[in-house]
Amino acid sequence: MNQDLFKYILRWADNSLIHGQRLAQWCGHGPVLEEDIALTNTALDYIGQATNLYKYAAQIEGAGRDEDQIAFLRDEWEYYNLILLEQPNGDYAYTIARQFLFSTWYYLVLVEMAESKDEFFSGFATKSAKELKYHVVHSRDWVLRMGDGTEESNQRIQTAIDAVWAYLPEMFEMDALDNRMVEHGIGVDFKKIQPLWRTQVEAVLGEATLRTPADGWGHSGGKNGKHSEHLGYILAEMQFLQRAYPGAKW
Amino acid sequence: MVIELAYAIEHIWEWMKEVEDPEIPVLNVIDLGIVRDIKYQGETLIVTITPTYSGCPAMKTIETDIAEILEEYAVPHYRIETVLSPAWTTDWMSDAGKLKLHQVGIAPPTGYSADKALLMGKIRTIRCPICGSEDTQMVSQFGSTACKALYKCENCLEPFDHFKCI
Repeated sequence: MNQDLFKYILRWADNSLIHGQRLAQWCGHGPVLEEDIALTNTALDYIGQATNLYKYAAQIEGAGRDEDQIAFLRDEWEYYNLILLEQPNGDYAYTIARQFLFSTWYYLVLVEMAESKDEFFSGFATKSAKELKYHVVHSRDWVLRMGDGTEESNQRIQTAIDAVWAYLPEMFEMDALDNRMVEHGIGVDFKKIQPLWRTQVEAVLGEATLRTPADGWGHSGGKNGKHSEHLGYILAEMQFLQRAYPGAKW
Repeated sequence: MVIELAYAIEHIWEWMKEVEDPEIPVLNVIDLGIVRDIKYQGETLIVTITPTYSGCPAMKTIETDIAEILEEYAVPHYRIETVLSPAWTTDWMSDAGKLKLHQVGIAPPTGYSADKALLMGKIRTIRCPICGSEDTQMVSQFGSTACKALYKCENCLEPFDHFKCI
């Protein structure tokens, strides 16, 4: 098995699954019906993307596991998602701030990944980028609406953006595995997309009459299995059924 | 021994028109452009399908329904494969499919999908499928299924779904 490739696929798959799982928690709790539907639709896109990625991971691993076993039978330290994505949803402003800053990044990532030499990644990215466009537009519209809204909404979204900011450096970290994947023409160089991301984010924050926070210390480690305390709770809820009744089918 | 291939490929394409989309039953999988290829590999019939959206919950049902039709016609060996590439686009929807959507009150996708107009914040004019007015407004990019957006008509005041372009 290609260990590098397997772990690299899992990073993307775990991002999608954990983000999808978090967004799905809004189901039935959205501030208005349309938003409830919007976030659960978005969650569905991410869970679908995760399924596609886990299937590919299972194929590369070649150990007879399927996508469900990889998703439901791994523990925290075997999960490689960004720490940002496992953070609790907070208020609607926090969810939107995370959604905007992450999806703006992920859309740019997918556009790059569409050029990957790996046939799966290029196909996956081309498809997923179409879905991401809608996530970017949706969350951007809400950042503008809240930022340029009332004093209360402006303050809420600003607080949320400030709170999310320390989780963003991890999105642009290039570790040895990322570098090897770029060398092989498979992976994405996050440093390359950073300036473009920055320009796009600053433009929206500016239009929304919000401050771009100062860069500083950032959380790190999720990509290598070191997580905040929140991931365990997500896994406990998500994996309970398969742990209690192994192999249970819907 | 000569192996006789029971069914011609063009017949199998016809059968596929019996497979409805479970979420928008007025459309069949051919209208939607979900069936990408039908071919024999040796004695095995291979039907290749592609999801509209990555998380489309209808895919499993569609796969089962295709298998059911193939069973009905007693196709001895078959396999249904799912591919992600090339990525599905509303450009593959047949004109017949678009007309059917319009007839049940869902505004069909318009124009071509492969542009960045959406990201630039440009919104296309969507005609109300009920009264035909162009005075419509988007309520949400996300509707009752992954593939639809929610609109309302300022003229007849009816809400309606729009099958969005991807």
